[in-house]
Amino acid sequence: MAQSGRREPAPAGDICAHRRCTLGYSFRDATLIPHLALPHPGRTAVRMNATSGHHVLPVSRLGDLFSALRSAGWNLAGPRIRDGAIVYDELETAADLPAGWTDEQAPGKYGLKKRGDGALFGYVVGPHSWKKYLFPPTVRMWSATKTADGMEVEVPQPAAPPTAFIGVRACELAAIAVQDKVFLGSGFVDPVYKARRDNIFLVAVNCGQAGGTCFCSSMNTGPKARGGFDIALTEILEDGHRFLLESGSERGERLVALLAAPAASDADRSAADAAVARAVSMMGRTMETSGVKELLQRNYEHPRWDHVAARCLACTNCTMVCPTCFCSTVEDVPNLSLDRSDHVRTWDSCFTSDFSYIHGGSVRPSVKSRYRQWMVHKLSTWHDQFASSGCVGCGRCITWCPTGIDITEEVREIRASDGANT
Amino acid sequence: METRADAGVLAPEFLRVTGRRKELADTWTLELEPRAEFPFRPGQFNMVYVFGFGEVAISISGDPAAPGKLVHTVRAVGKLTTALCASKAGAQLGIRGPFGTSWPVDEAAGGDVVLVAGGLGLAPLRPAVYRILAEREKFGRVTLLYGARSPETVLYRAELRRWARAGIDVRVTVDAADARWRGNVGVVTRLIDQAAVTAGATAAFVCGPEIMMRFAVSSLTQRGIPTDRISVSMERNMKCAVGFCGHCQYGPEFICRDGPVFPFRRIEHLFRIREL
Amino acid sequence: MKSIDDLLTEQPLFSDLDPEHRRLVAGCGRLRRFEAGAWILKEGAAADMFYSIRKGQVALGIHVPERGDVVIETVGEGGVLGWSWLFPPYKVQFDARAVTAAATIEFDGACLRRKCDADPVLGYALMKRFASVMAARLQATRVQFLDVYGNAR
Repeated sequence: MAQSGRREPAPAGDICAHRRCTLGYSFRDATLIPHLALPHPGRTAVRMNATSGHHVLPVSRLGDLFSALRSAGWNLAGPRIRDGAIVYDELETAADLPAGWTDEQAPGKYGLKKRGDGALFGYVVGPHSWKKYLFPPTVRMWSATKTADGMEVEVPQPAAPPTAFIGVRACELAAIAVQDKVFLGSGFVDPVYKARRDNIFLVAVNCGQAGGTCFCSSMNTGPKARGGFDIALTEILEDGHRFLLESGSERGERLVALLAAPAASDADRSAADAAVARAVSMMGRTMETSGVKELLQRNYEHPRWDHVAARCLACTNCTMVCPTCFCSTVEDVPNLSLDRSDHVRTWDSCFTSDFSYIHGGSVRPSVKSRYRQWMVHKLSTWHDQFASSGCVGCGRCITWCPTGIDITEEVREIRASDGANT
Repeated sequence: METRADAGVLAPEFLRVTGRRKELADTWTLELEPRAEFPFRPGQFNMVYVFGFGEVAISISGDPAAPGKLVHTVRAVGKLTTALCASKAGAQLGIRGPFGTSWPVDEAAGGDVVLVAGGLGLAPLRPAVYRILAEREKFGRVTLLYGARSPETVLYRAELRRWARAGIDVRVTVDAADARWRGNVGVVTRLIDQAAVTAGATAAFVCGPEIMMRFAVSSLTQRGIPTDRISVSMERNMKCAVGFCGHCQYGPEFICRDGPVFPFRRIEHLFRIREL
Repeated sequence: MKSIDDLLTEQPLFSDLDPEHRRLVAGCGRLRRFEAGAWILKEGAAADMFYSIRKGQVALGIHVPERGDVVIETVGEGGVLGWSWLFPPYKVQFDARAVTAAATIEFDGACLRRKCDADPVLGYALMKRFASVMAARLQATRVQFLDVYGNAR
């Protein structure tokens, strides 16, 4: 199986059986170091103060990190090229990473091109986000079955293949923290999200460059990961292609220890700082966030909404690519013999007219009201609901908007004519 | 790894329909038998599941003092609610709940209460009426003002008479009637003008179509009732009832979780905004 | 027995009228009772009178061929019935029929018009009151026209 190239995701609850068939695969097996418990899936990350300092790993040894994770039972998911974009998908080895590629992004524009160097993380974020793993686009929530004595409900044990996310950007860590509040921290717990969230290992990558639609600096979420990861990497290209390693959890620290990577020098550290500083200086967009919550809520009636409605196609792209958008709908799918019906949850978007339908009609029939709902929610009422912004500044909604609507520009325009009347 | 309790928030429990009564041409009251007591507060709702069709949010319209019985009054407006209304005794329906906030009945004790209902909006108010009648002496003057489209669409007619005998000033009006109707004709807000509604320690509970609530609140405030003593019950599309699906957002509010019953003062500023 | 003037103080429309004016108005009024089912106003008749309802319920409507008598609104205690007496051609536009036995004060419209013409201050005070009643009824009719229960709740 390990030799076959592609691994099936481990069935939940059967991780160790799966592991046995991949044992012997890897490098210095941690089972040889009995006093060091492996960072095994299912064990929750414990926050710790980074006391271990930074380590440095040459690019040739990145594969060791991958192998160590796989030996510990983690499936790997990370960036790779598909259909002309960098998406998140299963990774086998470090060779699957889009080495030497970068992306060019602008409002309504996305393209890949060669960099001219061997950078493995030399691009920013693509159309996918990690929410597809934690909050799956389609998931069966439960099924109702007709039996001799009536109806029965079957709730599936949520599938949660242990997955190490490789290359999680700072804005994406922030997005995961935002969705944590929605699905775990607001009174009710979503069992699907929780099962998956409890079974991931987070390998962050600090951005060494920013894209044309990036504005994480404005949203105070990046480009450097400040927590919420197990390990954070900074890719250094100058004077020897290498990675600075920082652990953010005990299990991250144990994994770094397994790699026996040398301690980072001052030169390594300042090179990593320079990479992040370069990303800050390249930030493609800015958004003035001071008072934006109040600004938007006092401008529900503003001519700019008509302006944006004239460009918005209500295509839902922005909500699909957004790493924090959490809306969903449910559909009942009965089988042909009508003795079983699956209750299936799928991503939904506030841009559809069905979204707000109540008997008789839609509450938001106009595109104007739907764009307004999305943007005011994202930047303003999200604060009321979850005590944070719903925007992390990743820029996806700008890049993937077919007409190039730019949320930072919309805020700027409303701010410039605060209080204008329709 | 996952607790059933967590899963249970999103998965229904099937209950048997024990009774079904036709209220109006398109409106039925269903009685279900919970396995254990089903305590709820007046104004709360359940997600009701019909096999093969899906779930819909329906207010609970039974007596909170009789938690051994679960009562829903449903109007058949779409495929799902039509199938729901067709559920005969013995059929099984999935139930999740109860969810949401409730009418502040206890807070209203010691003063007058005005209940203003429009159309099927009487159903979510009925548990509040039961609660008030159970301790009628705790309240001052209690007035129920109810507007319906026509005499044929007046809900719970027999009960309205019973409530009038039990010490509630019940006034019913319809939008249109022929000469056989002996009652009021006109909008429900005109009843507010006619009834002995006074300010002071009066609490008002309003439930009906949004437009009707808008006019009712306006009449009540003209009578001097402050907007924090007026409660309204809001309605929006709902898929999950626990704040996950995003459908029921109303400005900063999740109607499923922060509502459906709101002090009007809390949402007053949203009421004016179109297509929110 | 209370005088018409005393009774007017109990009627919302007249209660806050200047006492001198109220006496003038009372001079045009008399008590009038209607049995349940009795016609009070008939469409097309001369609009000589209007009524202030003390007790009972009156239905305002119109006869529609094929549909019979359609009730548009009901007027109860404290309400006022009839304003066609104010304006030419002084013709009743709708039918009014007592739903229950009704105790009213019936006013002679011509008498009141004369007094209003003679005393424009009284005329203005009365006109303001009638305009307010008419506006409230118009608003209510507009809401009725929306048919809010049509497909909601």
